[in-house]
Amino acid sequence: MMKDNYRIASYCHIKNNEISLNGALIFKGEGPFKTFIKMAYQHFAVDYPKFFKMDNLSKLAFMAGDVLLKHEKVSPEQEENIAIVFSNRASSLDTDRKHQESIQDVTAYYPSPAVFVYTLPNICIGEISIKYKLYSENSFFIFDAFNPDYLFEYSSSILDSGKAEKVLCGWVDFDEENYEAFIYLVSREGSFIHSTEEIKRLY
Amino acid sequence: MNNTYLSHNNIVSSFGFDSQAAVVNIKNEVSGLQLVDNPKMLPEPFYSSLIPAEKTRSVFETLNPQQEYTRLEQILLVSLERVIKKSQLELNDRVGLIISTTKGNIDVLSEDSPFHKNRAYLGELGKIVQSFFGFKTEPIVVSNACVSGILAVAIAKRFISQGRFDHVFIASGDLVTPFILSGFHSFQALSPTLCRPYCKTRSGINIGEVAASALVTRSDANLAEEAVKILGDASCNDANHISGPSRTGEGLYRAVRSALSEAGLVSEEIDYISAHGTATSFNDEMEAIAFDRLGMQKTPLNSLKGYFGHTLGASGLMEAIIGMHSLHQNTLFTSKGFQELGVSKPINVITETTPRELKTFLKTASGFGGCNAAVIFQKLQK
Repeated sequence: MMKDNYRIASYCHIKNNEISLNGALIFKGEGPFKTFIKMAYQHFAVDYPKFFKMDNLSKLAFMAGDVLLKHEKVSPEQEENIAIVFSNRASSLDTDRKHQESIQDVTAYYPSPAVFVYTLPNICIGEISIKYKLYSENSFFIFDAFNPDYLFEYSSSILDSGKAEKVLCGWVDFDEENYEAFIYLVSREGSFIHSTEEIKRLY
Repeated sequence: MNNTYLSHNNIVSSFGFDSQAAVVNIKNEVSGLQLVDNPKMLPEPFYSSLIPAEKTRSVFETLNPQQEYTRLEQILLVSLERVIKKSQLELNDRVGLIISTTKGNIDVLSEDSPFHKNRAYLGELGKIVQSFFGFKTEPIVVSNACVSGILAVAIAKRFISQGRFDHVFIASGDLVTPFILSGFHSFQALSPTLCRPYCKTRSGINIGEVAASALVTRSDANLAEEAVKILGDASCNDANHISGPSRTGEGLYRAVRSALSEAGLVSEEIDYISAHGTATSFNDEMEAIAFDRLGMQKTPLNSLKGYFGHTLGASGLMEAIIGMHSLHQNTLFTSKGFQELGVSKPINVITETTPRELKTFLKTASGFGGCNAAVIFQKLQK
């Protein structure tokens, strides 16, 4: 199998209250993340009530995934073997801090399972897998900064070994009020070459 | 196709500072779990296996640390140092470093911690391990819930097969912290007694702590005598629920199928399963359903949670290491805590330490987020 034969079919950015698909702005919202992401949910008529139970990281990753997979006409009715490989810097620290607050003071001790379950970064992969019925490969990496090199090699290895047909790959980070998603779909077909340089350029 | 091996290894646990200490105790059916009554950890008593902090510090001091390190960093560094030494490898740009952890230094978020809160970033933990030993390559931190430890082995193999590295060191660990205990307690998942995986009377998880380290390599030079070949690996999602396991065991079933397919084996060729077995009602039931669907009802199986509790991001690697020693000693280890089958499908839980010729074993794990992972290992031909 030729390693360089893979392509990037589509990519999606979410940052600074904007969502873009393949480089073109498709939605602009306002306010803090909570307001912005709700506006986006309404704008794209996501209609998925579980969304409102998610933590910030999962909302961010889910929205990016939903925009991209819809565009790629991926549907839960037709099963596809799409691996999900995500990475970030802050892991689930946004929610970790909330859980820590709930146990810091023994006189105000109120840990909640609904919060605790989100103290793992890979939960956002689970959320996308549930919506799109993806029974596929999962990996969540933590890097100091976006690392196209490792992501490129890891996605290529999953495709080379035939463990998945496509890989939904990228960066989903939420820390304090700073957030950024950049995800892309690696496939056999697409307009962009799958290479470290091209991933860097699209990022 | 090139071979990849799981080789030199170390386990830091309540039993001691090497794999052998853990293996000897398991062989003698001794559990490291004890009742801990410490309201600073959890308002009520709980069962756990803890690594003694004072002893760790004195062992760690022999490495001549030049700054303050957290307790997690100390056990990771102690564990990994021993594996690096045994490997006799030079840490050049062909050598990778993977850190497997679910929560890393999460205890620094507490107001009582003397360390800066930035230490909670997992990338910081990676950099600390990297610079302590002088790794030349950027560390890869894997944080994928309770499959992290075994997934790390698969990831190491994949980077090696891609030609990126010749050797990858994995260091895995998580601490027992108020953060973790309170969370599992809020799920009502903590057992008030010693955990009893797959047993009728099981009542939940014990949380424990270990640091486990190992070398994954494509070179057959200077392999550990217990080294095994990594034949196949996979991870699959349940696509069902973020905290509840699938009722059909779908993700685990698919992960094992995929790993078998890569290994070129059928399920009857697996001599032993080192399963996840957390002793929660739903997890153990899910596994039994998956193994039943796989036709592995008769394959001897154990969960090692009865010795260490659930050791989170380290569990998959630690249990794979115990599995390779099990193969090397041609011995099936008892699934501690089990009395009477308490799952709806037949599985063959190991009830006493049994000598048995073993060639191949399967390690599985499942975790929050619906993730499952499976890796198949084979003993080397003598």
